[in-house]
Formats: sequence, C-alpha cells, structure tokens
Amino acid sequence: MSARTSPARDLVYFVIFAAAVLTMPVWLAPIGAGYPDLLQKFAIYGLFATGFNLLFGLTGYLSFGHAAFLGVGSYTAVWSFKLLGMNPIPAVILAVVAAGIFALAIGFVSLRRSGIYFSILTLAFAQMSYNLAYSVLTPITNGETGLRVLRSDPRIFDAADGAEGALVSTLFGIEMNGYAGFYFCAVILIAGFFIAQRIFRSPFGIMLRAVKSNQNRMTYTGLNPRPYTLAAFVISGMYAGLAGSLLCITDPLAGAERMQWTASGEVVLMTILGGAGTLLGPLLGAGLIKYFENIFSAFNEQTLHSIFSFLPDFLETPVVGLMSLFVGEGWQLTLGVLFMIIVIFLPGGIMEGVSRLGRLFKGSDKPSAADKGRVEAAAE
Amino acid sequence: MEILKVSGVNKSFGGLRALNNVNFAVEEGTVHAIIGPNGAGKSTFLNCMIGRLAPDTGTVMFGDISLTGMKPFEINQVGVSRVFQTPEIFADLTLLENVMIPTMAKRDGIFSLNGFRRLDRDAEVRDKALHMLEDVGLAEKKDMHSGSLSRGDKRRLELAMCLSQDPKLLLLDEPTAGMSRADTNNTIDLLKRIGDRGITKVIIEHDMHVVFSLAKKVTVLAQGTIIAEGKPEDIKGDPRVQEAYLGGAHL
Repeated sequence: MSARTSPARDLVYFVIFAAAVLTMPVWLAPIGAGYPDLLQKFAIYGLFATGFNLLFGLTGYLSFGHAAFLGVGSYTAVWSFKLLGMNPIPAVILAVVAAGIFALAIGFVSLRRSGIYFSILTLAFAQMSYNLAYSVLTPITNGETGLRVLRSDPRIFDAADGAEGALVSTLFGIEMNGYAGFYFCAVILIAGFFIAQRIFRSPFGIMLRAVKSNQNRMTYTGLNPRPYTLAAFVISGMYAGLAGSLLCITDPLAGAERMQWTASGEVVLMTILGGAGTLLGPLLGAGLIKYFENIFSAFNEQTLHSIFSFLPDFLETPVVGLMSLFVGEGWQLTLGVLFMIIVIFLPGGIMEGVSRLGRLFKGSDKPSAADKGRVEAAAE
Repeated sequence: MEILKVSGVNKSFGGLRALNNVNFAVEEGTVHAIIGPNGAGKSTFLNCMIGRLAPDTGTVMFGDISLTGMKPFEINQVGVSRVFQTPEIFADLTLLENVMIPTMAKRDGIFSLNGFRRLDRDAEVRDKALHMLEDVGLAEKKDMHSGSLSRGDKRRLELAMCLSQDPKLLLLDEPTAGMSRADTNNTIDLLKRIGDRGITKVIIEHDMHVVFSLAKKVTVLAQGTIIAEGKPEDIKGDPRVQEAYLGGAHL
C-alpha cells in the first residue's frame, strides 16, 4: 500500500510464485518431498492457510473452528460425486458455495463477540459440527466409516462410465490422482493466491487491517466493522471449503475427523509459523508442517543409525536414542520445539526471519526489488 | 442558525445523576467550548451527542436530523466527526493509509466490498489524503507507521483524518490533554486555521489557555447541570463559575 507496492511489482511477485508452485515436483525432489501425495497436501493446506490468513492475518480475529468448513467442503464434494458424477468442477463450485453459506451462519453468530470469546464460539461450533457428523447426521455423513462414492450411486452425468476400476475423480478423462491431481490443486492454489493478493491490496483489505488496528476509530470514522469482519469470515470459510473439496478430489473419501479441533489448531499453527498477515507466510507454514508430518514421521532408528554411523559406538547409541525421540512417532516434538523457537525469537514467523535476512544482506533498511521477503514485510 | 440542538437531556448511572436536564445549542460556524470541573459530566454529555451513550430522556438534533438512537458510524456519515482525548488512530498503518480510510468512508459509505480494485490506483483518495497530511504538516512522514509518532503528531494526524471527511461539526474531547506547551500551541494554531474554513467545533477542555484562545462561546457544566453560558470574558468573571470550577479561587 505504501510506495513500495505497485501493480508491476505484484505482477512479478505473482509470476514468480506461480512458476515456483508449478515446478514444485522438480525443486522439492532433492529433499524427498517430490512425490504427488505430499505435493497435493502442500497445495491444499497452503490454500487452507491462505484463506485462514485473510481472516486472522488481516482482521486479527482468531477462529478456532475453520476445520468445520474444511469438512463441509469435503462432504459437499463427495455428495457432488455421488449425485452428479466424478467431474471435479461441480464438486469445487458446490463445496465453495456450501462452505460459504455455513460460514455466513456461524460468522453471523460468532462475530457478535471478539477476542477470546470469538475463538471459543467458533471452536464450539466446529466441535458441534464434528459431533453431529459423527452421530445425528450419519445419513448425510456416514458417521465414523466416512462418506465414500459407491457403485450404486446415481451419478447422473457419468453413471454409464466406470463400471469397473477404482472410483476416482476425473476431469475430461484425466484421473485426478498422482501428478494430474497435484496440478489441478496447484492451478486452484495459484488462483486462490491471486485473489488473496488482490484483497491485500484493495480498499477492502485495508479496511480489514483497520479492524485489527482500531475498531473504535473505525466506528467513529463512519464505518461499520461488523460487515467487514463477516465478509472476511465468509471468504476465508470459502477458501477452507475449497481446500476440503480438493482433499476429496484427490482422494474421494470424507471423514468426520477432518472437522476435529486438532485440524482447526493445525491451520492456526501453519499461519503463525509462516507469518500471519503476510501473503507467502501461511503457505510456507503449511508446507513446513506437512513436510514434518510426512518426512520426519517416516524416519526410524535405522535411518538415524545410518546418519550417525560416523560417530564412535559409545556416542552413537545415546545420540540415536535422544534423536529418536524427535523423529518417527515423535515428529510432533520437533514441530513443537520449532514452533516455540519461532514464536519466541521471530514473532512475525518465518517471513520475519526472511525479511531480517534480507536487511542483513542489504546492509541498510532500503527495500530492494529483488528481495521478496522485504517487500512482503513492507506490504503489511 | 443552530447546527446542534440538545434539549432536556437526562442521563443517570444507577443512583448517580450524570446529566440533569441539559439544554444546549451550537451556532453554525462557531467554536463552542464546554468546561467544568472533573466529574461534571462533560464526557458523558459528549458521549450522548455522538451515540456512544443513549440519553435517558431528551433529544439531540443535528440540523433537522435526530441523532438520538443513531449508531456512531451513522452519526459520522451525516457529518459529525470526533477527536478523542487520547488520539485514536490506526497505529499499525502508515500515515497515508490512516487518512485514506476516512476519505474512503466518506465516499463509499458504511460498508463497501471493494475487494478487487487496487488501492494504489485510486488517485482521488490518495490525493485528498496527501493534501490533508500537508495541511497538518505531516506530508513528509506519510509512509511512516503512525504508532511511532509523538503525541502531538498523533493528534495532528487524527485531526487530518477527521478533516478529510469535510465534517459539518467537529467534536474535540480535550484536544491538548497531556501535551507539552509547544505542542499545545501548535494545536491551537492548527485549530484556528481550521476555524477559518467554517467548520463548527465543540471543544471540551480543561486548559483555560486553550479555551480562551479559541472559543467564541463557553458553557460551564457542573454536577450535570449547566450553570453558566456566555462569552469567554464574561465567564471568566462569573462568581458562580469560579465557585464551582475553582472552589472560589481567583482566575
């Protein structure tokens, strides 16, 4: 918004981002993350965190119930498969609409309060949705078994095809798993990032930052904060619904555990870890957490022994013993330690680290065009 | 012509009668000060005018619009701006953004969903905001974060924010509270300059120096009742005012 942001710079930034996302299979391969399942997760949870950041990063309202919208998106997508057919496009559209309506209802009630009371209200709504999905709503959600597409489902538009073989979402004959699934998610992520970037730079975006900064001044400036926060809540709920539908497009199964409070907490962690209120931060946070979840949890003592084999035996055993606490089943311990370090030393998340590094290299506080992190921090 | 007319306003908090049948009118284009000792009900009175508190009885008329029962943002939209005792600004945003927000609020109304337009392409809002910052002498700091300004500069910024909306009536709650003498004098000069534009102002103030430099008319409030009203010179010599305000000491 200041002199440092300009349409040209944002375009460059966006093109670099799009290129980086599309080439992820290449540059993530050396660190063992170049396989489609994980790449899909990066894109999907990146989208989820980007949407969450539009609410939390801009307005400062901390929702602890965003997993509910993820779940609604997932169930809607599976129902779209069941009723309309395996094409992902209606699934995506219907999931976004359903999550938006759901967010409108929850937001309308929850936004009557702010601060911790807002967080508790959203948490309560999400847990309520989770428990309903598990019990009362079984006819819609199929309870604890999870909702899946069956051969006997009507699938109006493609009931004739796919009489045999696994039921996967198919876009114009391309099955939405593996790399095709990743590229579908990647394109939607890039579109989602573009919209988020526009919102950050728009009059609407600055009003959301005004909500975070001083609601009292806003009220006496002739602005009603409530519709602004509600709009932000609905938009971020739609992002979550979109992410939920992508989870089902790459794997057509929706379970209630997707709505549990731990899932809501995860997106909060992603956003804070990466840097709330920055465009790129939540994506980095989502990537980091999903990486730890998938790569670190796969480490076992065998791997550790081979890594530390250069140590003498009397050292190797205790070192491996200690390190094994932090990998495999214990990967969350590593994540916890990392989270604490970042929150204590870099309250602005990874993006603050990036911008500090940028300033260090520049040796001055002048922003440079090449330095993405600095530009991003300045845009806050 | 009377731009603001308050008739028969009462307000009680539990057993405490904060305002007792207050009648008050402000002439268009003048500077009107409200003074009174601590606890006289000045802030309660202001809050009743601006919609933060609802008076128990009585009406507040702004021209032919009744402000009673309106929300603060609706009152602002009809042309009433307010400066707070402690400057209320958007501390996380730059000075320019701080002034652009009220400018847009004036143009686009209480809520507008401009999610896809670029703010930095909106030359109209930007120019107006820059012009306002120049007016209060803060133009060269436009890209600074407003939270790091001095108290006096925050006050000037808040004034620029209010003025960017071209208000018909400006309410100032102790605009020089907690300021150094130099900052106070700067603020007085600034307010005098704004006075030339014909914006009606109501000032609540403790500092007699400020009141007598600015106001054309003074209303004295004590224990929720108006005890005197008139030109500053007359008020100065009024024994009732001295009794209530200074406990009998000489002014």
